[in-house]
Amino acid sequence: MTPALAVEGLTVGYAGAPVLDELALTVAPGEIVALLGANGAGKTTLLRALSGLTAPRAGRVLLDGADLTAVSVEDRARRGLAQVPEGRSVVTELTVDGNLHLGALWRHPGRAARRAAVARTYELFEPLGRRRASLGHQLSGGERQMLALGRALLARPRVLLLDEPSLGLAPRVVAQLLGVLRAAARDTGLTVLLAEQNVTSALSVADRGVVLSLGVVVADAPAAELAGDPALRHAYLGF
Amino acid sequence: MTTTTSTTPARPAARRPEPRARGRLTPTQRILLRAVLLTLLAVAATFVLDPYRNYQLAVVAATFCATAGLTLLVGLTGQLSLGHAVLMAAGGYGYALAANAAAGAGLDGDGPAGVARVVLGLGGALVASGAVGGLLGLAGARLRGPYLAGLTLAMVVALPALTTQVPALGGDQGLAVPFEGVPQALSRLIVVEQWHAWLAIAVAALAVTPLALLRSGRAGLRMRAVHGDETAARLAGVSPGRVKVGAFVASSLAAGLGGAVLCLVTQSIGPGRYDLAFSLLLVVAAVVGGLGSLGGAAAGAALVVLLPWLVDTVTAAVGVPADLEQRLSGNLAVLVFGALLIVVTLAWPGGLARAVARRPRPRPRPQPRGRTDAPATPPQPSER
Amino acid sequence: MDRLVFLTATGLARGLVVALFALSLVIVWRAARLVNFAQAAVATVAVFAAFAVTGATGSFWAGLGAALLAGAALNAAVERGLMRRVPSGSPLPGMIVAIGLVMVLQSALGIAFGPRHRPMAAAFDERPLVVGGVPLLSPYDLFVLVVALVVVGLLAWLFNGTSLGLQLRASAAAPEVSRLLGVRVPRMVTLGWALSGAVAALAALLLVPTELGLNAHSADLLFVHAFTVAVLGGLDSPAGALVGGVAVGLLVSLVTGYLGAGVAPLAVLALLTLVLLVRPGGIFAVGEVRAA
Repeated sequence: MTPALAVEGLTVGYAGAPVLDELALTVAPGEIVALLGANGAGKTTLLRALSGLTAPRAGRVLLDGADLTAVSVEDRARRGLAQVPEGRSVVTELTVDGNLHLGALWRHPGRAARRAAVARTYELFEPLGRRRASLGHQLSGGERQMLALGRALLARPRVLLLDEPSLGLAPRVVAQLLGVLRAAARDTGLTVLLAEQNVTSALSVADRGVVLSLGVVVADAPAAELAGDPALRHAYLGF
Repeated sequence: MTTTTSTTPARPAARRPEPRARGRLTPTQRILLRAVLLTLLAVAATFVLDPYRNYQLAVVAATFCATAGLTLLVGLTGQLSLGHAVLMAAGGYGYALAANAAAGAGLDGDGPAGVARVVLGLGGALVASGAVGGLLGLAGARLRGPYLAGLTLAMVVALPALTTQVPALGGDQGLAVPFEGVPQALSRLIVVEQWHAWLAIAVAALAVTPLALLRSGRAGLRMRAVHGDETAARLAGVSPGRVKVGAFVASSLAAGLGGAVLCLVTQSIGPGRYDLAFSLLLVVAAVVGGLGSLGGAAAGAALVVLLPWLVDTVTAAVGVPADLEQRLSGNLAVLVFGALLIVVTLAWPGGLARAVARRPRPRPRPQPRGRTDAPATPPQPSER
Repeated sequence: MDRLVFLTATGLARGLVVALFALSLVIVWRAARLVNFAQAAVATVAVFAAFAVTGATGSFWAGLGAALLAGAALNAAVERGLMRRVPSGSPLPGMIVAIGLVMVLQSALGIAFGPRHRPMAAAFDERPLVVGGVPLLSPYDLFVLVVALVVVGLLAWLFNGTSLGLQLRASAAAPEVSRLLGVRVPRMVTLGWALSGAVAALAALLLVPTELGLNAHSADLLFVHAFTVAVLGGLDSPAGALVGGVAVGLLVSLVTGYLGAGVAPLAVLALLTLVLLVRPGGIFAVGEVRAA
C-alpha cells in the first residue's frame, strides 16, 4: 500500500552541518505518528521541509506516492498536505470566523458550502462558537490552538502535520485538543504526523512513535512499546 | 581624506595601542597621513588642470563632503536621509550670512580680511548645518527608516517655501557672498579657479578626515553595533538614540561645509540648486560608491558631478536636434543614475568600493528559488 | 466667513484626493510592509497615459480607464520585476530601489515629453457653484467627492466583505500561515500592488486638472502630502487615511487661503514633524509602532 507520506534521503541544512541528515520515514494512510525528540533534533525543520517552507539540499518528499519536489507551499496544501505550525499560527488581525473561512476557502468554493462547513466546525469546537467575532489576538492559548486545528481540518486534508500543539497549554486543554484530533482522524481516515515534546500525551493518541536525534531517526516503534519500554525511554526520551 | 575600501563590517579597530614595531603607525596616524598625502596629491593635480576643470574639482570636493557624511550615515547606522541637500543648503546659507556679516562689519577686501571672512563663514556654516542636523537627528532617532526618509523628503520640498518666508534668506534669488579672490602673494602664479579648488580641497580634508577618524574609532564601532542590533547594543551600554543623533550631526556638519564651499565657489546661494533631485544625486553617489566607504563616496561624488556634464558635452557634439538636446540635458544623466541605483542595490550591493577591494569577499550563494520562494514580504508573526 | 466656508469646502474636496492617494500607500503597506516611494512616479506615468488616450479619443472616461489600467499594470510589474528581488531584512534596499525607480520614470517622462506643463481639462466645470450668495464647491469638486467616496466604499467592501479581500488581508498579515492554508500569497501580493497602483493613478488623475498642468513632477507634492496623511493616520489604517486626508486637505486649503500658497509646504512639514515626534504611532494606527 502506498504510504500517505514518504520521506527519502532528506538532507536539510548547511553543507558541513546538516540539520536533517538523509532522513527517511514513512507514514501509512490513517496512521497517527508521534514525532519525538529533544529541542534541536530537527522536528520543526522536518515539518517545514515537508510543507515546502524550507528547501532540502537532497532527498524528496512523496505525498500518496507523488513527488512534491517542484510543488509550491500553497499547492502542497491544496493537494492535501496541511500543517498547523508551531506557536504563531492564528492570524491575529482576523476574527475567529475570518480565520475559519480562510481555511475553508479553496476546498469549499461557494459561500453556502463554506458557511455550512464553518458551522460544523463550531459544533465540533464549542468554545470557538462562543467567540466567533473575537479577533485572533483576543483568544487564549488554548482557544488559539483549537482555532488553528479547526481551521486546518476545514480543508479536509489527507495528511495533517502538527508542530508542538501542546506548547504552553494546560494539560487538560492538551488532552481535550488531542482527543478531538484523534476522533477527527478516526472519522475521516486522516493521516497525522504530530511533532511533540510532551511525550506522554503524544504517545497516548498515537499509533506509532518515531524518535529524532541530531537529524536522523533513531527509534521507530509502536507507541505502546515506546511508552512501555524503560530502556528506550531513557535512551531517547530522557525519562 | 582616507580611502577605506572595505564596506562589510570591518574588524574592530585596535582597542589598545598595538605593540609597535619601529615605524608602525597607529590607525589614527595612518588616517592623518593618508589625509595629508591625498590633499597634497589633489593640490598638485590642480596645477595640471585647466581653470574649468579646477572649478569642477572644487564642486566635486564640495559634493564629496556631503556624500562622505551621507555614506557613513546610511552605511553605518542605516538611516536614509533624502534631505542632505537641505543640510548643504543650511551650510551655504550659514556661510553666506556669516561672511556677509563679517564683510559688513569691516572685514572686506583681500588678505587677512579674506581669510577671516572665510573662516567665519565656515563657522556659520557649521552652526547652521549642525543645528538642522541635530534636530533631524533627534527626529531620526525616534523613527524607523521609511518615516525618517519621508520626513527628510518633506523638508526638501519645503525649502523654497522657507527661504521665501524668511526675508533674510533672500527668497528665490538667494544671497550673494563676497568674492574671494587670489591673495596678493600668489596672484601671479595661479588663477582664481585654482585658488578656489585649493580652498575646496582644504575644506574637504577638514570635513572628511574627522569622519574617517570617527569611523575607525570607538564611535564607528558603536554605530555598527546600533545598526546591527539595537537591543544588543543597549545591553552593551551603548545608547542607540545618542549614537544615531551623533551620526546625523557629524554627517550634517560635513554636508554643511560642502554647502559652504559651493557657496564660496559660485559666490551665491539659492534654493534652486538644493532640490529633491540634488538630494537624490547625493544618495546615488553614496550607494553606487558603496555605502560606508569614504573612497566610494569620493568616486560617487565625481560621478554625479561629472556625468551630467559629460552627457551634455556628448549630446552637443553628436549634433542632436536642439529640442531633444534640451530634454536630454539633466534627464538622461538622472535616468542612468536611477538605473544604477537599482542595479547596484539588487546585483552589486557593495558598489564600486567592493569592486576594487583588495580582498574580495565571496558572493553569497543564491538561495534555491522556486517553490519556497516567498514574495518580498518579511515574515510576519501572526500572533503576538 | 464666506471665505472660510469656501476654503473648507475646497479643502474637503482636495483632502479626499490626498486621502485616496494615501489609501493607495496603505494598501501597499498592508500587502508588503513597505512605503512605496515610487507610487507618485507610477501614478504620473498613468496620468500621461490617460492624457494620451483622451487626446486620441476625445473621451475622458477612456482616459480614466487607461490610467487605472496603466497604474495597475505598472505597479504589478514593479512588484514582480523589482521588489521581489530586493533583499528583505532591512527596509533600506527597498527604499533605494524605489528611489531609483522614481528617477528612471521621471527622467524618462522628461525625455519623452519635455518640461512643459500640459494643461489637462477637467471633466467638469471648475467654477464654484454659488449657493445663497456663498461660493461653494464646483461641479468638479462634487465629482471628486463622489468618486472618492465610491472608491473608498468599494475598497472597504472588497477587503472586508469578499473572500478575495480575506485572502489579501491574510497574505499581508501572515504570509507563511496563509500559504500553508493554500492561499496563493505571491499572487495576492501582486494583486495588492496592482490595486494600489490603480487607486494612486485615479487620485493623481483627479488632481492634475486642478493644478498647473501635467509634467513629470506633477505628483511629487501629492506624494509628500499623502505620506504625511499616511503617517498621521497610521500606515495600516484606511480610516486613518480618510480622516488624515481630509485634515491635511483642510490645512493646506486654509493655510493657502489665509497665508499664501508658499507657506503650505511649511505647514505640512510642521504637521508631519509634530505627529512624528508626539504620536509616532500615528493617530489611528493599530499595529506596528514606528519608533526606533
